[in-house]
Amino acid sequence: MINRETGTFKRTYAEDLAIYRTPLPKIAVAVIAFVVFVIIPWQGSEYWLGILNLIGIASLGALGLNILVGRTGQISVGHAAFMSVGAYTAAVILREFPGTHWILAMLGGGCAAALAGMFFGIPSLRIKGLYLAVSTLAAQLIIEWIINHWPWLSGGAQGSIYIQAPTFPWIEDGALVSRKMEANLHYYYLIYVVLAIGILFALNLFRSHLGRAFIAVRDRDIAAEIIGINIFRTKLVAFGIASFYAGVTGVLYTYFYSIANFESFTLLISIQFLAMCIIGGLGSILGSIFGAIFITMLPIVLDFMLRGVGGAVFGWDDAAASAIMPQWNLIMFGGLIMFFLVVEPDGLAKMWRNFTDYFRVWPFPYV
Amino acid sequence: MYYVELMLNGLLIGSLYSIVALGFVLIYKASEVINFAQGEFVMFAGYVIAFWILSLNFHIVAAALLALVVMVLVGLLVEWSVLRHLIGRPVVAVIMATIGLASFLQGAAQLLFGVETRSVPLPIDDYPVFIGDLLLNRVELVAAVFAGLGFAAVGWFFVKSRYGIALRAIADDQQVSLAMGINVKTFFGIAWAIAGVVALVGGVFWGNASGVDTQLALIGLKVFPVVILGGLDSIIGALVAGLIIGLVESLAAGFLDPLVGGGTKDLTPYVLMILVLMFRPYGLFGEKIIERV
Repeated sequence: MINRETGTFKRTYAEDLAIYRTPLPKIAVAVIAFVVFVIIPWQGSEYWLGILNLIGIASLGALGLNILVGRTGQISVGHAAFMSVGAYTAAVILREFPGTHWILAMLGGGCAAALAGMFFGIPSLRIKGLYLAVSTLAAQLIIEWIINHWPWLSGGAQGSIYIQAPTFPWIEDGALVSRKMEANLHYYYLIYVVLAIGILFALNLFRSHLGRAFIAVRDRDIAAEIIGINIFRTKLVAFGIASFYAGVTGVLYTYFYSIANFESFTLLISIQFLAMCIIGGLGSILGSIFGAIFITMLPIVLDFMLRGVGGAVFGWDDAAASAIMPQWNLIMFGGLIMFFLVVEPDGLAKMWRNFTDYFRVWPFPYV
Repeated sequence: MYYVELMLNGLLIGSLYSIVALGFVLIYKASEVINFAQGEFVMFAGYVIAFWILSLNFHIVAAALLALVVMVLVGLLVEWSVLRHLIGRPVVAVIMATIGLASFLQGAAQLLFGVETRSVPLPIDDYPVFIGDLLLNRVELVAAVFAGLGFAAVGWFFVKSRYGIALRAIADDQQVSLAMGINVKTFFGIAWAIAGVVALVGGVFWGNASGVDTQLALIGLKVFPVVILGGLDSIIGALVAGLIIGLVESLAAGFLDPLVGGGTKDLTPYVLMILVLMFRPYGLFGEKIIERV
C-alpha cells in the first residue's frame, strides 16, 4: 500500500507515462485536495483565506511562467504585462457587454493574453537569451504605456476599471460548509478550482509530445530541430500557453480585487513572478507553488520578524518597524534570489526532493 | 531654432545615456554578464556622493574620490560574492541574479542613506549658456564633457594599458586567456569595479538633474535600447547609440507628444529597440554572431 518506487520496473509505455507511478502520491494528492477544498474553507479565518487566495493566484501565474522559462528555456520579463492584457480584456468585456458570463470573460482574457504573448514571442525565432529578455522587457513597457495612454481601454485617468464581482449561485450560504460565504471564501473556491485545472493541464502537457518538445528546445535547440521539432511553432505555443496562464491570472486578480488596475501589473510584478520560478525551482510544478507561497509570504513573515525581533532586540515600536519594512523587503527579495541562484539553483523543489529521497529508502539507505 | 535646440539637448542627455551604457558594455564585454542592475549602480553612486557632500559636508572633489573608492569596493564585492559563482550557468540564472542585485541595492541604499530625495549640489552656475540664440543647460554641458572624458579614459585603458589588453583577451577567448596566465576572475572583478566607477559619473550628474532617490535607478531601463542599438560588446557603439537614443527621444518629445498627448519619450527608445532586434540584432557595431535554428 505504501510501497515506494525503488527502481525502474516499467513494462509498458502506459506505466512509464502514468502520473502516479506508486499509490502513495495518489493518497497524498487526495489528502491535499481534501485539506484544500474541505478543511481550509471550513476552518480557515477570513484573513488567512485572503492570503491563500493571493497564493493561489500567484501559483497559477508562476506555473505559466515556469512552463515558458523552466521548460522551454525562453526567458520572459513581460509576464505581468500579459496578465494586464487578460485583466483589461475581461474587464472591458464585462463593461461593454454587461451580462456576459464571467467564465466567458475569463476565457476571453486568457485568449487575448495568449495572442499578445505569441505576438511578442515572435522575436524568439531569431533571438534568444538576453536579447529575448530585453525584447520581452520592451513588451512589458510598451503594453504598460498603451494601457496608460488609451483612455477607452483603461477606463480614464486612474487606469482602472471597476467590475461587478462574479457571483456563484450554486454555492449558497452554508451549502458546502456550515459557515457564511464571506467574500474571501467565495473567491477561494474559484481560485483553487482554476488552479487545480491549471496544474492538471500542466501535468498532462509535460508528458505529451509538446511537453517533451519544450524540453528538447530548451536543452539544445539545434538538436531539437534535427529530430524534427518545429522550433518556431514550439516556442510560439510555449509563449501562447504561458501567456494564457498569465491572462487567466490577471483575470483572477481582477475578480479578486473587483478592479482592473495597471499598477498590479508593473515590471516589478514580472520580476516577482520570475523570482517565484527561480526560488521555487525552474521547470517544476511543485516548485512554482513553493515559489508562490514563498514570495507571497515573504513580506508577511518579514513584517512579523521586524516587529517581533526588532521590538525585542532593538526596542523598535510598530512605527519604526513599518518605516524600514519596504527596504528590508527589497533587500530580502533580492538577496534571496541571489542566494538561491548561488547555493541551490534548482530551488525549493530540489530541497523537497532531497528530503523525500532520503525517506524513499529509509530505513535501509545502504540498499 | 526650436528644433536645433531640441536636438542639442537630446545629444547632451544622450551623452549621459552613453556613459551609463558604457558600464553595461564593459561588464558584458569582459564576462558576458547582462547587468540589469546598472541603473541601480548609478543610483547607489548618487546616494554615496550625496551622503559625503550633504551629510558630512565634504568638498566635491574629496567626496567624488571617496565615492570612487566606495564604488570600486561595491563592484568588487558584487563580483566576488555573487557573479563569480554563476560562471558557466544559463543566461536566465545570470540575468535573474543581477535583477536580484538591483532589488538588493535599492533596499540597501535606502536603508543606509535614508529614503528622502536629495539633490547632489554641484558648483556649477544654473544660468544657461547662450550660443547665438541657442540656450543650453550648463550642467548638461559639463556632464557631456565628463562623459566624453570617461569614454576617452576607458578607450585608452582598453587599447593601451596592460589590464585593458588582458580584458580584451578574456572577451575574445576565456580559455586561451587562462592558458596565457591571465587570472580571469581577477579581471572580472576589475571590470565590475570600472563599471562602478563609470556609474559614478552618471550618478553625480543625474543626481544633480533629477535628484537622488530610487527613481534614479529607472535610468537603467534606458540602457537596454542603447546597448542593443550600439551592439552589446562595442564601446564606440555605446557612445554613438547613446547619442542617437537621446536625440530620438528628444525629437519624439518635441514632435509626437503634442499629437498623442505625452509620454512618447519613454516609449520611442523601446520601439526603436524592437526594430533593431528584428533587423539587426547585433546592433550597429556589435560582433556578428550568427546562430540560426
